[in-house]
Amino acid sequence: MFQIRCPYCGPRDEPEFKYGGQAHVAYPADPEQLSDEEWTRFLFVRDNSRGRYAERWNHAAGCRRWFNVIRDTGTHEMVGSYRSGERPEDAR
Amino acid sequence: MLRGLAAMVSRAEPLAALEAKIAATTVDDTRLTTVPFLAQVGLRLDPDGPAAARLAAVLGSDLPGPNRAVAAGAHRVLWLGPDEWLVVAADGQEDSLVASLASAVGEDGGVIDLSSNRTGLELSGAFAREVLATCCTIDFHPRVFGPGQCVQTLIQKAGVLIDQRTDDTYLLLVRPSFAAYVAEWLLDGMLGLQADFSTR
Repeated sequence: MFQIRCPYCGPRDEPEFKYGGQAHVAYPADPEQLSDEEWTRFLFVRDNSRGRYAERWNHAAGCRRWFNVIRDTGTHEMVGSYRSGERPEDAR
Repeated sequence: MLRGLAAMVSRAEPLAALEAKIAATTVDDTRLTTVPFLAQVGLRLDPDGPAAARLAAVLGSDLPGPNRAVAAGAHRVLWLGPDEWLVVAADGQEDSLVASLASAVGEDGGVIDLSSNRTGLELSGAFAREVLATCCTIDFHPRVFGPGQCVQTLIQKAGVLIDQRTDDTYLLLVRPSFAAYVAEWLLDGMLGLQADFSTR
């Protein structure tokens, strides 16, 4: 089981959280200009890299806030977490 | 008119069916008590905004920080999130609380009566912490947790807001439809402790 540091509540066990997928996937500036392939890519295609990965989590059973986590997909190390609007470099 | 309607509709205590079992189950002085109805008012506002200072004057204390609860006058204020709090008071206070808090907050936040959203379970006694440990993963040991702290977490699968009121008293606020589930887990923990004692 992961222990995840909620930036608002502190460290809690994984069952309190819901996973939200890759972080920092920007909404297209002008969605109507996208081709079907580009739109599909935005909706469904995510990085599947080994190593440090920025992802979104929601503290569903706690403060109910969304935030970001850096997790190592190779080792499952929870490197750190940071609030929405903060930068990955702020993770702690 | 709403008030008249509310008076006509009788309220059902969420744990009425478990009352006898709850009363009969104790571990030494440790027991569970139902607090079926509480006035609960939700607050949403920017803690650094203009409403916070006005609210502090009405509440009689500053808004508490993360995982903290403060007692002020006849009510307690519980931290729920970075811009969210819950004011808890005795049943029947909700209308006057909403009115006074709404006038303090004005247009700078939200005030809403959430009294029917949660029912109360009070766990008290020397073994209260041991009972909680049977079904909740939060560490309530005095070195990391104590009176004046509150936590939103899970008891098994059910969400719960736990407010430690004294060294050995915890108020658990749960959704009415999950109250029997949570109470059964706590009672089961108490039965387990009873069994431990009887074999010593």
